[in-house]
Amino acid sequence: MSESPVSPHKKSQLSEFFNIIRNESLLRSLTLQVVAVLLAMLIGAVILLLSGANPIQAYGALLKGSFGSMAVLARTLEKATPLVFAGLAVAFGFRGGLFNIGAQGQLLLGAMTSAVVGFSVTGLPAIIHIPLALLAGASAGALYGAIPGALKTFRGAHEVIVTIMLNYIAINLTDYLADGPFKDVTPGNIVARTPEILDTARIPAVAGLPIGFLLAILVAIFIWWLLWKTTFGFEIRTVGLNPHAARYAGIKVARTVILTMVISGLLAGLGGAVETQGVVGRYQPGFNVGLGFDGITIALLGKTHPFGVIPASLLVGAMKAGSNEMQFTAGVATQITDVIQALILFFVAADVIVRGLLRMRSTGEEGVKLTTGWGKL
Amino acid sequence: MIVLGLVLVAILYGSIVNLQITTALLASAIRHSTPLVLGAMCGLICERSGIVNIGIEGQMLFSAFIGFLANVYTGNLFISVLIALLAGALLGLLMAFMSVTLRTNQIIGGTVINILALGLTGYFYTAGLRTQGKLGPIPLGPLADIPLIGPVLFNNPPITYATILLVFIVNFVLFRTAWGLRTRAVGEHPRAADTVGIDVYKMQYVNTILAGAMAGLAGAFLTLEAVGSFERGMTNGRGFVALAVMIFGKWSPLGAWGAALLFGFTTAVQTQLQFAGQVQIPHQFIGMLPYLMTIIVLAGFVGRSRPPAAEGEPYTKE
Repeated sequence: MSESPVSPHKKSQLSEFFNIIRNESLLRSLTLQVVAVLLAMLIGAVILLLSGANPIQAYGALLKGSFGSMAVLARTLEKATPLVFAGLAVAFGFRGGLFNIGAQGQLLLGAMTSAVVGFSVTGLPAIIHIPLALLAGASAGALYGAIPGALKTFRGAHEVIVTIMLNYIAINLTDYLADGPFKDVTPGNIVARTPEILDTARIPAVAGLPIGFLLAILVAIFIWWLLWKTTFGFEIRTVGLNPHAARYAGIKVARTVILTMVISGLLAGLGGAVETQGVVGRYQPGFNVGLGFDGITIALLGKTHPFGVIPASLLVGAMKAGSNEMQFTAGVATQITDVIQALILFFVAADVIVRGLLRMRSTGEEGVKLTTGWGKL
Repeated sequence: MIVLGLVLVAILYGSIVNLQITTALLASAIRHSTPLVLGAMCGLICERSGIVNIGIEGQMLFSAFIGFLANVYTGNLFISVLIALLAGALLGLLMAFMSVTLRTNQIIGGTVINILALGLTGYFYTAGLRTQGKLGPIPLGPLADIPLIGPVLFNNPPITYATILLVFIVNFVLFRTAWGLRTRAVGEHPRAADTVGIDVYKMQYVNTILAGAMAGLAGAFLTLEAVGSFERGMTNGRGFVALAVMIFGKWSPLGAWGAALLFGFTTAVQTQLQFAGQVQIPHQFIGMLPYLMTIIVLAGFVGRSRPPAAEGEPYTKE
């Protein structure tokens, strides 16, 4: 990906966008990612064979269940929507040198908070209620993201373990809230879940297409603008590449680290809110599980670039949407998609293998320096 | 030290007030600590050789599942434990392959292992599989009859004994043998280690594989000794808590054991309180405690300890 800091020439943003598309290195990295996905599917096929399933039938059903008709295509987009947010959250953290494994927890709290605002605040028109609930969810995620950011800056606690722990705490907390204070008390309900949100908080679908996905794309464009077109974004990326150099350059590293985590958490929380208001319609434990880890795969498959996150989310979303069809017609357990995802992550991270296969030399162009040890800032 | 003193006072007070409950409490603390200390030793052996392993959770889960399957199909507990060890070692090999040979970012490598284990165990798990027994306690002769100490320390199932032994063995090997010295050299300054003729890659491979077997033993503990069955995602974050235990124990096996016992004790006290119905706290809050404690430990104590200097960075020979 192009790593040039704020461009000295005032080019129009549209031409910049087309430059990225025309960029040759983009073609190369695209090839790498596509081959990684194909290799993962290939090994997935071997596993399917070993377990006595027919991979062609299984993948056929997967494809049919994700792109086969307008209805399932809408379902793919619906599944991809929270994934874009989760992927953006993780990618944004990576750009700032932080590994946010906590997108899961931030997303859960966002989903829960937006549900609470969605069912308890009455008498608002949709035009206010929808953004209000979205904002509430995003803020919950942002606050939850601020915790690991602050602990890292002030106490030297590594964000990887802290965010994982916060995931488990968030699962317990939301379970408690859905089974206690905010439990749906409709007669006959025995499961832990919140009441349904009001119609004024629901994100409508236009012509069968989920509006949430459109919002996700707009947010992705905004994040791209923030990272590559603003001084703040430049600071984040500098801290991500080399915090020591950033400090010498006069960048407030502590502040930047915390804000990076806050924005990362905000994105995840927003994803949870969009899921609640656009799809689920309430908070119910177990409905959003695994999205945070999907976010890691998506962020890396998308080369931690906002525009890479979108196609990566569509791919993973398609696997999620199609996995039911696959289970139904080919009798393959849906968990195979998790295996394929892990393999995708493997081949994307270990790009040496793919480069070797394609006789492609490593160019060292990768712009992200990921966290390596504990307690290093 | 203060914490330790408080715990000791509490135990003494407890044994005067109610010996039975204190015994149950301490025995349960040992049980809870076993997978944590094994996981922590997996982590610290890797990190002492310069490799950050956050895939412990996945290694545990995978070997718990494989050990469970082995038990279902062979019915032999000893063989099942061995197979679980091999499963853990296999994922250790994968970790080493990714971080040493492919030079993948190690945090991502660990994440690959975690997701892969979750996916594979979920995919191949079928409900209704029956295990054929689990490992039971073996009383160590008259030692087991000593009040308080006997039932807590000398009446345990085999993996628990093995774990306590392993703590001392690993501690000895790491700090008193040439192998341990080489391992620590590789983790602190691989270039210097290389210069004096230590095969850095070999050390990292062998240690990561051995460490994987420790996580495998933790997995075996879960399915073959503690529960006797398997469920999806049953490790429930223990592999990650083990990392905090490792840091709290300052990358030493004895330290990790102490930290794991403290974690185990807290969990035991919570379950005891819950069980006795003395405290009316929603169970979700009890469930949060080990994770909250991990964060507190990381935020409060990590500043004073120092990880191996060269961990996380792939080493390139010249």
